Amino acid sequence: MTAINVYNQRPADIAGQSPLHHAGFEQLIGKGRPNAGVRLRERKLLGHLTLRGDAKDPAFCGGVHQALGLELPVALGLVAKGETSLQWMGPDEWLLIVPRGEEYATELRLREALAGQHIQVVNVSGGQTILELKGDKVRDMLMKSTSYDVHPDNFPVGKAVGTVFAKSQLVIRHTAENTWELLVRRSFADYIWLWLQDACAEYGLAIEA
Amino acid sequence: MLNIFCPHCGELRSEEEFSPAGQAHIARPLNPEACSDEEWGEYLFFRDSPRGLRHELWLHASGCRKYFNATRHTVSYEILETYKIGEQPAFTEAAGKKSAAQGVSA
Ligand SMILES: [Zn+2]
Repeated sequence: MTAINVYNQRPADIAGQSPLHHAGFEQLIGKGRPNAGVRLRERKLLGHLTLRGDAKDPAFCGGVHQALGLELPVALGLVAKGETSLQWMGPDEWLLIVPRGEEYATELRLREALAGQHIQVVNVSGGQTILELKGDKVRDMLMKSTSYDVHPDNFPVGKAVGTVFAKSQLVIRHTAENTWELLVRRSFADYIWLWLQDACAEYGLAIEA
Repeated sequence: MLNIFCPHCGELRSEEEFSPAGQAHIARPLNPEACSDEEWGEYLFFRDSPRGLRHELWLHASGCRKYFNATRHTVSYEILETYKIGEQPAFTEAAGKKSAAQGVSA
């Protein structure tokens, strides 16, 4: 058994910087076309934790529920409670997203509830960001960008898939009617932001706070 | 474009989400130290390239990022099945020959 170095990776006295810091979203708020078909908001600097374990083990499922109050979702599932969400990423992997600053306490709670089990919790907050897209035209824009079928019959609210997007890869999450989230890797964030501006041009793109 | 069924995601996905990773069911020798050079070389370097059914490892690279197995016909490119690692294929050359002999078409 190896010792695990668990520590607060983002202390409150250090200002975080989103991978889209340079886009200057704050300055773009309110400047888009009125009644834009796509409204974009970065949900930045949230706590992202990768959780791995054996979904067939009741002790693991029970421990997760005890720590989070959420059931482990099955394939392509996304469950949420308030600002906390838990997403299936693979048969033994989930992504937990918690409000900014809560990731360290959440990790400790998970480790306590799952003590002694063959599990993994990794803070990946710095590695990715979330772009939330709302509006009537979001689905049209997604259809131009991915080969995955985003029709509600195939992609209902509460589903999340990793897929190809603009010759790149990301995770698409359908969180509410006409509301989608793109989970973007840090190194792809600028490329995806450029793509979104281009792909949304015909519908109008507005940046929201 | 082909659609490939990912046994982990449980649905058909477009081919571009996947990458092939070679022949499946290659067991690593339990005790490499005890292998002759020929046995180790066979394990490491030599792969089958049949005309017909082949069991292959594929990676759902843009999806769940997990490996799984597929039985693919190397002439028609038809993928007859996909199954999780650790499971055995339902379609094999041997089973195909047997059913052909019995007059059953696959
Ligand atoms: Zn998959």
